[in-house]
Amino acid sequence: MSPDGPGASPDRADPPPPPIRPVARAVLGMASAISRLSRRTGFGSGSVIGGQFAVLVHRRLLSQLTAGRNVALVSGTNGKTTTNHYLARALGTRGPVATNADGANMDAGMVVALGAAPDATNATLECDELWLPEVLRQVGEAVVVLLNLSRDQLDRTQEVRAIASLWRDALATCPTRAVVANADDPLVVWAAGGALEGPGARSITWVGTGSWWTLDATGCPACGGRIRFGPPQGWSCPSCGFARPSCDLWLDGDTLCTASDETIALPLALPGRANQANAAMATAAAARFGIGTQSAVTALAGVDDIAGRYRTETVDGQQVRLLLAKNPAGWQEALEMVDSSDAPAVVSINARIADGRDPSWLWDVPFERLAGRFVVASGERRHDLAVRLGYAGVDHACASSLSEAVAVVQRHSGRHRDTVIDVIGNYTAVQDHIGEVDR
Amino acid sequence: MSGATRDTAVRIVLLYPELLGTYGDGGNAIILAQRLRWRGIDAEVISVGADDAVPTSGDVYVLGGGEDGPQVEACRQLAAQGVLTRAVAGGSVVFAVCAGMQLIGTEFPGPDGAPVAGLGLVDCATVRTGEKRAVGELLTTTDTGFDIGELTGFENHAGRTRLGPDARPLGVVEAGVGNGSVGVNADGIRTEGVVAGDGAKVVGTYLHGPALARNPRLADLLLGWVVGELPPLGVEHRQVDEEAGLLRDERLAAVRAGNLDGVLHRTWKDRLLGRN
Repeated sequence: MSPDGPGASPDRADPPPPPIRPVARAVLGMASAISRLSRRTGFGSGSVIGGQFAVLVHRRLLSQLTAGRNVALVSGTNGKTTTNHYLARALGTRGPVATNADGANMDAGMVVALGAAPDATNATLECDELWLPEVLRQVGEAVVVLLNLSRDQLDRTQEVRAIASLWRDALATCPTRAVVANADDPLVVWAAGGALEGPGARSITWVGTGSWWTLDATGCPACGGRIRFGPPQGWSCPSCGFARPSCDLWLDGDTLCTASDETIALPLALPGRANQANAAMATAAAARFGIGTQSAVTALAGVDDIAGRYRTETVDGQQVRLLLAKNPAGWQEALEMVDSSDAPAVVSINARIADGRDPSWLWDVPFERLAGRFVVASGERRHDLAVRLGYAGVDHACASSLSEAVAVVQRHSGRHRDTVIDVIGNYTAVQDHIGEVDR
Repeated sequence: MSGATRDTAVRIVLLYPELLGTYGDGGNAIILAQRLRWRGIDAEVISVGADDAVPTSGDVYVLGGGEDGPQVEACRQLAAQGVLTRAVAGGSVVFAVCAGMQLIGTEFPGPDGAPVAGLGLVDCATVRTGEKRAVGELLTTTDTGFDIGELTGFENHAGRTRLGPDARPLGVVEAGVGNGSVGVNADGIRTEGVVAGDGAKVVGTYLHGPALARNPRLADLLLGWVVGELPPLGVEHRQVDEEAGLLRDERLAAVRAGNLDGVLHRTWKDRLLGRN
């Protein structure tokens, strides 16, 4: 993999970004006043409402704020926030970085993050899957990091395949600087291929992440035939020859390997194979900014808290660890992270707009893996969960909040002083729990 | 035939989960099998992958919802094998959801909107009407003489389904879209789903959730068609029906409060902030 991205020489300091134009500066000033007011009146946490105002009154704000900066856009169904945190850490080795670390991943959140870091030459922005084409059009040349695509919020997006098409069309029409894509997800590979027809650098870094959620990619995105998965680390379509590209960088167990024969251990503070995949993607993206593999890994390995997730907290004397899982692929990863324990666990589901309003996907999650453990179902849709756990043969009870769930666990099996209870929840359920912990 | 005297396991065939498994409907097969096992009746789930041979000896065939392209592929393979048509003639049960229901009818729209011939196991035809996609909670009262109460679930489909003279609806829409404008019957009643009217044991519905998780009495109706009168669930397994009862109460109350799209619980502050 050639570090031919912006600032390819690690020794030379990045030139500073152009100053923010007066009109944009005034709009950002008003946005931040609105956000402050919103926070002070207890109206909300604030950052999004100011940003929404800013993009409403200044349509070219995102485009102006990214001009003259080296921008990475990180998108995909799962792992956006973590990969973005990892990449920000790696880019931090070169100087200040603008990033929407809080996960506000539409244009409003992006302009707030960029406005808050006017001196940062490098920016890495997490981007909602459906927003990626629009953001790409506004940002112009960017390093586009494509993680994975799987079923999520189907009431909003309907078909996973449609997102892959949106991405492919956007990459074929927008000038990108480079694309970093997951070679183990056929939908992502097909979408990334749009760049090869586009006005961009036509250069794709393929990363072998070892993803193992294949249910949304059994139909070949190129010809409609059927993709065959396997042998391990491979897939192809026998009908049209569409196949896994050879990788520039890949995971081999806990080790990161590159086509230039580097092998680097990944001593991540965050658990699970999914985070190793996120780290591999971030490392490959960092190389496009001229950051060496070892420097990137060293910088990102210590990240241990992603916007409140993975953090161990104490609730009513009980240690708990919050994990986010938004969809079947994410739950499969999260269940694997907690597999080694036989301690009680809490699972928590809401079905608000941000979660998707139909929790039928709970039946695509292998909750049978929790059999033998005591599980408390929580969140607004705990009854859906309870029924699912019942048919999975998992001993369980219900609770309406995190502290009630902890109480139920302690009533059932005593205080677990030395054990950390894993709490897995989907998006707004985890937000609610973080709010409960922070209160 | 009573369940307890069967000497072979009830065979529940889950068809093409990778083509028709987008909306969690594979859960219906798990639910059918568990509800038999919990009554001391052997059951096995046979998951049939695309390109695999469909077993001829299934007692219940389960189909789920999926995307347009895979739906056409599933229909093509089933038509080529012909197994399902013969199984229905031989008295097997078919329970089909959403895209699955559409493809066992006489025709349904392909990815480009042009009609595709279905398997014709039941007399209904699905068309595109230009109306917007039906997405949200769906609640029906049953109108089929089955005595299984209201049916609750979540619908997510673009097609609208017209019932022919040889079919009956599974339910009457109280809230949601169901079969839609073309599914309004001669009496002006809005219908949902389909039941074969010729004595064949074929049921289709737009309900996800999955349907049998939210509606255990519908599950037991289908199982009764296979094994005859069902013994009650063992005491140690009644928790699941109590919880399904709580889930039903919650969903019915939400729908009847007008909360079809799940956003009513947002406060005015949430709405102003665009927050969920």
